[in-house]
Amino acid sequence: MKRHTAFCKRWSKLLLLVLAGLAPFSATVRSAAEPVRFGRDVLPILSANCFACHGPDEKNRKVGLRLDVEADAKAKRRSGVVIAPGEPQKSLLLARITSTDPDAVMPPPSAHKQLSPEQIEIIRRWIAEGASWGRHWSFEPVVRPALPAGQNAIDALVKTALAQKGLALRPTAAPHILARRLWLDLVGLPPTPEIADKFAADPSPAAYERMVDELLAKPQFGEHWARMWLDLARYADTKGYEKDLGRTIWPFRDWVVNALNADMPLDQFTTEQLAGDLLPKPADEKLAEQRLIATAFHRNTMTNDEGGTDNEEFRVAAVKDRVDTTVQVWMGLTMGCAKCHSHKYDPISHAEYYGFYALFNQTEDADLYTDVPVLELLTPKEQDERKYWQEHLQKLNRKLTELEDVASKASESGARQWRTLVAAEVLAKDGATLTAQTDGSVAASGKAPPEDTYVVTLTLPAGTHTALRLEALPEKLSSGQFGVGRNGGTSNFVLSELTAELVEAAGARPVTLTNARADFAQDKKPVAAAIDGDEKTGWSVNPRTHEAHTALFDFAAPLRLTAEAKLRVTLSQQAGDTMTLRRFRLATSDISSALLQPPTISPELRALHDELAAAYTAQAKFNDSLVRLPVMRELAADKQRVTKIHRRGSFLDLGDAVTPGVPAAFGALPAGAPLNRLGVAQWLVNRDNPLTPRVWANRIWARLFGVGIVETEEDFGALGSAPTNPALLDYLAAEYRDNGWSLKKLIRTIVLSDAYRQASEVTASVREADPRNLWQARGARFRLSAEAIRDQALAVSGLLSAKMGGPPVMPPQPAGLWRSTYNGKSWIDAEGEDRFRRGLYTYLKRTTPYPTMTTFDGGSGEVGQIRRIRTNTPLQALVTLNDPVYLEAAAGLARRMLLATTTADARAAQGLRLALIRPVRPGETAPLLALWKDAQQSFAAAPEKAEALLKTSRAQIPDGVSRNEFAAWIVTANTILNLDEFLTRN
Amino acid sequence: MKKTETTSALADVCAVTRRHFFKTGGLSLGALALQSLLGREAGASPQSGNPLAPKAPMLTPKAKRVIYLHMAGSPSQLELFEHKPELAKLHLKDCPPSFLEGKRFAFIKGTPKILAGQFKFKQHGQSGQWVSELLPHFANVADKTCVIRTVQTDQFNHAPAQLFVHTGSPRLGNPSLGAWVTYGLGSVNENLPGFVVLLSGGKTPDGGKSLWGSGFLPSVYQGVQCRTEGDPVLYLGNPAGLDRDMRRRTLDALKQMNQAEYEHSGDSETLTRIAQYELAYRMQVSVPEVMDISKEPKHILDLYGAKPGFVSPAESADDPRILYKGDDPTFANNCLLARRLIENGVRFVQLYDWGWDHHGSSPGESIDETLPIKCQQIDRAVSGLLLDLEQRGLLDDTLVVWGGEFGRTPMMQNNVRTELRKGYVGRDHHTSAYTMWLAGGGIKRGLAYGQTDEFGYYPVEHPVSIRDLQATIQHLLGLDPYRFSYAYQGLNNRLIGPTDEGKILNGILA
Repeated sequence: MKRHTAFCKRWSKLLLLVLAGLAPFSATVRSAAEPVRFGRDVLPILSANCFACHGPDEKNRKVGLRLDVEADAKAKRRSGVVIAPGEPQKSLLLARITSTDPDAVMPPPSAHKQLSPEQIEIIRRWIAEGASWGRHWSFEPVVRPALPAGQNAIDALVKTALAQKGLALRPTAAPHILARRLWLDLVGLPPTPEIADKFAADPSPAAYERMVDELLAKPQFGEHWARMWLDLARYADTKGYEKDLGRTIWPFRDWVVNALNADMPLDQFTTEQLAGDLLPKPADEKLAEQRLIATAFHRNTMTNDEGGTDNEEFRVAAVKDRVDTTVQVWMGLTMGCAKCHSHKYDPISHAEYYGFYALFNQTEDADLYTDVPVLELLTPKEQDERKYWQEHLQKLNRKLTELEDVASKASESGARQWRTLVAAEVLAKDGATLTAQTDGSVAASGKAPPEDTYVVTLTLPAGTHTALRLEALPEKLSSGQFGVGRNGGTSNFVLSELTAELVEAAGARPVTLTNARADFAQDKKPVAAAIDGDEKTGWSVNPRTHEAHTALFDFAAPLRLTAEAKLRVTLSQQAGDTMTLRRFRLATSDISSALLQPPTISPELRALHDELAAAYTAQAKFNDSLVRLPVMRELAADKQRVTKIHRRGSFLDLGDAVTPGVPAAFGALPAGAPLNRLGVAQWLVNRDNPLTPRVWANRIWARLFGVGIVETEEDFGALGSAPTNPALLDYLAAEYRDNGWSLKKLIRTIVLSDAYRQASEVTASVREADPRNLWQARGARFRLSAEAIRDQALAVSGLLSAKMGGPPVMPPQPAGLWRSTYNGKSWIDAEGEDRFRRGLYTYLKRTTPYPTMTTFDGGSGEVGQIRRIRTNTPLQALVTLNDPVYLEAAAGLARRMLLATTTADARAAQGLRLALIRPVRPGETAPLLALWKDAQQSFAAAPEKAEALLKTSRAQIPDGVSRNEFAAWIVTANTILNLDEFLTRN
Repeated sequence: MKKTETTSALADVCAVTRRHFFKTGGLSLGALALQSLLGREAGASPQSGNPLAPKAPMLTPKAKRVIYLHMAGSPSQLELFEHKPELAKLHLKDCPPSFLEGKRFAFIKGTPKILAGQFKFKQHGQSGQWVSELLPHFANVADKTCVIRTVQTDQFNHAPAQLFVHTGSPRLGNPSLGAWVTYGLGSVNENLPGFVVLLSGGKTPDGGKSLWGSGFLPSVYQGVQCRTEGDPVLYLGNPAGLDRDMRRRTLDALKQMNQAEYEHSGDSETLTRIAQYELAYRMQVSVPEVMDISKEPKHILDLYGAKPGFVSPAESADDPRILYKGDDPTFANNCLLARRLIENGVRFVQLYDWGWDHHGSSPGESIDETLPIKCQQIDRAVSGLLLDLEQRGLLDDTLVVWGGEFGRTPMMQNNVRTELRKGYVGRDHHTSAYTMWLAGGGIKRGLAYGQTDEFGYYPVEHPVSIRDLQATIQHLLGLDPYRFSYAYQGLNNRLIGPTDEGKILNGILA
């Protein structure tokens, strides 16, 4: 034993260094007196080093040994007992991990893993102490810890942990600092100095509590906390991948803000987002609509609009994303690994993954360009307008029917001049399907290739044929409008060439056509071009593409047939863009071609057609302007998919069908829960689920303290960090679950603790014992988030817009950043109020996110961002020093400094107060004043520089202030806005 | 506050990024973390708080830095490196059904026709590499390169395939190769970003900025796009009217006040911030300096075909493809910049040149007309880069990689028209075999690695997966691809993915 102690000491120095802050040992540097705990101490070692070959993954399991199952690990095997409780010397496990024989040592050298002496010692002690088994800590039920009476529970638990380190809570932060901290944490904005002064005049617990309640009731609370949720929801304003086109999903963002402001309980918040469409439809239309908006949560998945993609591939990718995000966000576990094989560390098998996936695999969305299914969100005015267009078009169409009836009766006499020919054979060379109709016309359907050539063989009766008539006939389109061509935009066609051949027994003989005339031809697309022998020219009818058209061609020499014959007519349409005919009819005449003219359409009918076309265009424009939010919709019962295992994660390599359900290790669905997304939601927020409340409570704690009780917010599984204060985590989890899942109540509980209110100064003893503040030995001090940095600068400069909600905005960003492939959309710097909206509302394009946000660790919305790892980089300095947004803020702040007071010293002090809120310390303004004087001199020497700075910062100079002086104040304010204390919440 | 205290405070409370860095190698504690840790214990300078500080590699490296030239859209190997006379024999005949069974294509439907190689081939140099007439300059340096003809991928759409090559996953959210390398090795010149990205061809590559993102690594490791128009690094320039002298004075005031704040708060993060502001100030000079190619002598500019200050109209066009000109020096300028950056200690320089997707279905994307223009844009530049690196002794420990995200089919893309039409000759995406080449640090010279069948359809020898390439590149840099990992979301994540199927290509190592 003595030898062992020395051994430990030798290593402890290094290990302490190595392990401090490392998962999963950050939790405890254990004293020998404390018994080893399986879930906290042993399981992490086994899962990281042994489970890959001796764990849940049946495919890679070696020698049939499982170390993740107690009975298996303790069973008698041929070679002995792997773990013999109480007898380390008899346990094969210990022998193998301490072996010096490369063939025997575990893990084997090929695994590139090696147990440290401390890890070996933990295993030895655990076996010696009886090898008591358990589950991974986070899978155990949440237990509300026993607490001493009369104390704030959080403080009691924090103090107990600190006492073990010989520490106590630090005193409460100065009132101005505390007010600023609370404002930034709760609403993401600083208070005004006046508000902080008022609190400082009465910093009583009651006044503090009042401030907390006021902040929780502010609408800005939802705006601030929504950012956390939108990170997790991988919210973005575009669809992702190559084209990365825009999508209208901001109503979901507004839903989140409203839900947070209304303090929607977490169980409802969960259920509506995961399965709002599956809840019984409420009578209240507005409420029903809100529930559908909530389901856009899982429509934040990407849609790949790149040409030539397999929609099923990306539909599957989106469904997997939903599965992974759900488990990640609510349970802090990674399911992704089980896509390809059984999880190596956590108890999720390959089949279980797809069983769970099956529950999500029943929605209608399918990686389509339109992002359907979508929910149209109409304002009352838009509802009226929609109705107007529907009725207006109905009216016009009725009138059209009437006029056409009259016209067709009038033309009956003319019709007798023509004999419609029966098509004996129809063929489209390049893909369309041609079908002969009963009225003698031929309709194209099916594939719509860009170019096509129609070949029609007609039966000509014996007799004289002087001319050929081609009618281009309109068909009703899905919009309700009629169109003559298959082109999706204009419904136009281009007849490049029309040729005819007489087919006789001896062979085909070309028939020359001449004297082409039509009722209408587009500018520079005359009908004569259809018989000029040039494929590059042709007859076309834009913009009159919604009505029937007729072209006549004389046979150069009338055909005089003694017997029935075949005429083959070829309609070549080579303009591309599917400028091909929808439906057409051919006829010949036997009277003198000089008497034949194309029919003339009445001016009245023509005007009506024009009116209709304009109305349809206006309606389409109106429809395009409507908000269409992608939502979830379950497939009809008879359309539901059968889910099969994807071997190695490939959707093309399907295995056996799976049974839908949730992974067994996490308990069954609650009684009566349906086997679908709604069941999943109920399961996640079920009282017995230990992970959801822990993960959420930890997440909220991390936002308020800068780091979670479990540092790896994204991993509560075997490889994640252990909680630094498990009792505290369980207290918060139990509190959240039992307070009615109220986020506001949870936040209130936390911020009312003394632990939260502590001063943040780092003393020597604190630095020594809790350098990273994992045990809350002091108040938290950390850099603000990307959005808060922007919002704060705009707020203290008086520029911030209070406008809430609505479409995303485009504050200034450097030109030329948006250059996505095949995506013409551009960034246009906003003017007016939208230039200064909160960061939450900045347009987020996944492949080109707003640069200053990502510089400060904001995400791109491509995958759920569980936490933002804070960095401290020179690029951040460049943003707050040079980005025009921050210069405009500096000019705004300078203006406020000057309007408030008159002396230079007071103005500098005012700038510091507006930014930092706390009272200015003696001598603090000196560097700023020196800078200001310097700057003023420089600008006096080079006024053109002052002018340039005033221009870039869009300065509004207060009356009576010289331009050079104001420019110097902008430089001073720019410095204030870059102070470390300003960028930090302390 | 005494100086010693300042230093020790820095030493024990580091930026979050740095702490995360210690986790490298996960629980097994790779040599990387240990070395870094011991380095710190040995009394490292305050700069060690910089997460980009150079770090010793895990293994002895053959290459110290990388220039990666990605031709976004994917050039046709059959017109550049793969001489397949058999295709000419079957020209415009129906493609054998065996090529189509069980295959998915991006655009090909039905039975396409075989398309002969459209350009002449010759063997070059001592190694006898086959190179087409489109790359006359490359032909002269072919002996310095290792051409791999059998690269395979499993992604046949641009964005996912590019993501797969550069991040190891066809989906978004993973760190790019450059981010991994910078994370593993740091960067030598702290006044420049460690990982720089340069674009040409008028568009961002299809995978977007995610291709140089840091994924789950701290954002400090993401690639920094250096631009040739406007600020070379975003927000680098001081605002108009606020000159460098004034900036110095603002930073002096800031430093003084932040120092006072540190003395008040005791938070070493404040000291890091002071250091980062100073670094930003130095970058304001060092970045434009390194980006200024006008200082290069004429013979060097000529070597690359570079033209300082040239702004191509294609770079800001809605459809740049129809504006491409063979003598456009944008890519050449970027190649020269790459050398300057590497020379100044940047760890990883990534070039993307867009416009190589030659389907033949619309103007500006054909094999017969556009490909020769694109080749002209890059040919002299690439050979110039290799020659220049060599003459400066940099080629021995700089790895140069060239390639696309996949290859192109031996069949012509089966558009409606089945006959060849000028300006519309094209090939679809091909994943089963395509060509990339590597040169420089640790790579065999004058080697043609791997062989494909007579149509260039499948490898018949030495198939090389994207994972193999990634493993090999990391290996060359001294990063053990199997152990170099980052713990995130319950996994020790690696560039090469969770399985060990990626193999180091010993056959191409010098």
